[in-house]
Amino acid sequence: MTLTVTDLAITRGGIAVLEGLSFSLKPGQALILRGPNGIGKTTLLRTLAGLQPPLSGTIDGAEDRIAYASHSDGLKPTLTVVENLTFWASVFGTDDIQSALDAYELNELSDRHAGNLSAGQKRRLGLARMLVTGRPIWMLDEPTVSLDKDAVQMFADAVRAHLGQGGSALIATHIDLGLDGAVLDVGPNKAKPKPIDDFDGGFL
Amino acid sequence: MIALLLRDLKLAFRAGGGFGLGLAFFLIVTVLVPFSVGPQSSLLSTIAPGVLWLGALLACLLSLDRLLALDWEDGSLDLLATAPLPLEAVVSIKALAHWLTTGLPLVLAAPFLGVLLNLPVPGFFWLVISLLIGTPAMSVIGTFGAALTVGLKRGGLLLSLLVLPLYVPTLIFGAEVARRGATGMETQTPLLMLAGITAATIALLPFASAAVLRINLR
Repeated sequence: MTLTVTDLAITRGGIAVLEGLSFSLKPGQALILRGPNGIGKTTLLRTLAGLQPPLSGTIDGAEDRIAYASHSDGLKPTLTVVENLTFWASVFGTDDIQSALDAYELNELSDRHAGNLSAGQKRRLGLARMLVTGRPIWMLDEPTVSLDKDAVQMFADAVRAHLGQGGSALIATHIDLGLDGAVLDVGPNKAKPKPIDDFDGGFL
Repeated sequence: MIALLLRDLKLAFRAGGGFGLGLAFFLIVTVLVPFSVGPQSSLLSTIAPGVLWLGALLACLLSLDRLLALDWEDGSLDLLATAPLPLEAVVSIKALAHWLTTGLPLVLAAPFLGVLLNLPVPGFFWLVISLLIGTPAMSVIGTFGAALTVGLKRGGLLLSLLVLPLYVPTLIFGAEVARRGATGMETQTPLLMLAGITAATIALLPFASAAVLRINLR
């Protein structure tokens, strides 16, 4: 099922940041989200994930199909790598964490507490969470932060495998992942300052 | 849902999880009261039900600000909100986990601490019963307060101020059950009121908590 976004406008902190945004994301397709800082990439991902309502426009085919990865990984420092993954797997009603551990080479770390992992290892664990969700649409917000070259490759491979299984991905990133995905540049959709049209003349 | 409950319980018992904080506070209050009011056993047995109830309530309050704040800080709350679990279930489970790690230990510790305050013998039964019925309401109301203040810097202050008035009915009727029980009076009316308050908060507040959480996550 295709994710279709029509004439979407979104707000951050009560101010419109993007407007008139339309695109669609088909199964097996990756879309790379680009745009300068503050344009509203994170806000767009949060809106699509259902964490906040759009100002206007429609989002079709997103309900309960999105796995969202924000800037923070949502890990519990006092739980081990396996416990963290098992928890998210059971929340999403799946049980295969081994393939996620394999994909991000976390087997050696499986009994370590997440609090003792390095920033890059935490990120890998956070990304491994996407694999255990079993959701078809991945929404990733700067997924490669603090990852080294090899780990970026692991991530690109994981995304490719996901696309190969009919999944899709919307990735906000500034580095080249080597994915043959289309680029969605939201720069031109920057919301224009609104004229004050609700001014009450009777006030004068 | 079970997974979330087990995770929260596991987190509470691991290092830094905060299990025992409320219990230690409860112990401190009840140990120090005889020192501050003097050792007359007749005075202590008069104030024992009220002091024990107040101690349990404040001990409950102590751990509320971590209830949702930790999940919010590390991003798991966002991820839980996008998970298949409805937020109403998430906050209910969180409240249940809070009760199991804070409320239930207080209920179990109360009779032992009652000895320190010379609680009259018939009062023990009613103290435990009233706390058993009253503490779930404190966890559910507390979760509502935590949902209201999640994401605020130093939200703990606002949380206590918001939650305290909501705790008043539970405290009044709970302490009344314990007091009447200790003096051998009939306890049915305040007990029914207490149970009614608890039942109503459990039935209604998870929806309110989930609604304010949705707004706070935006």
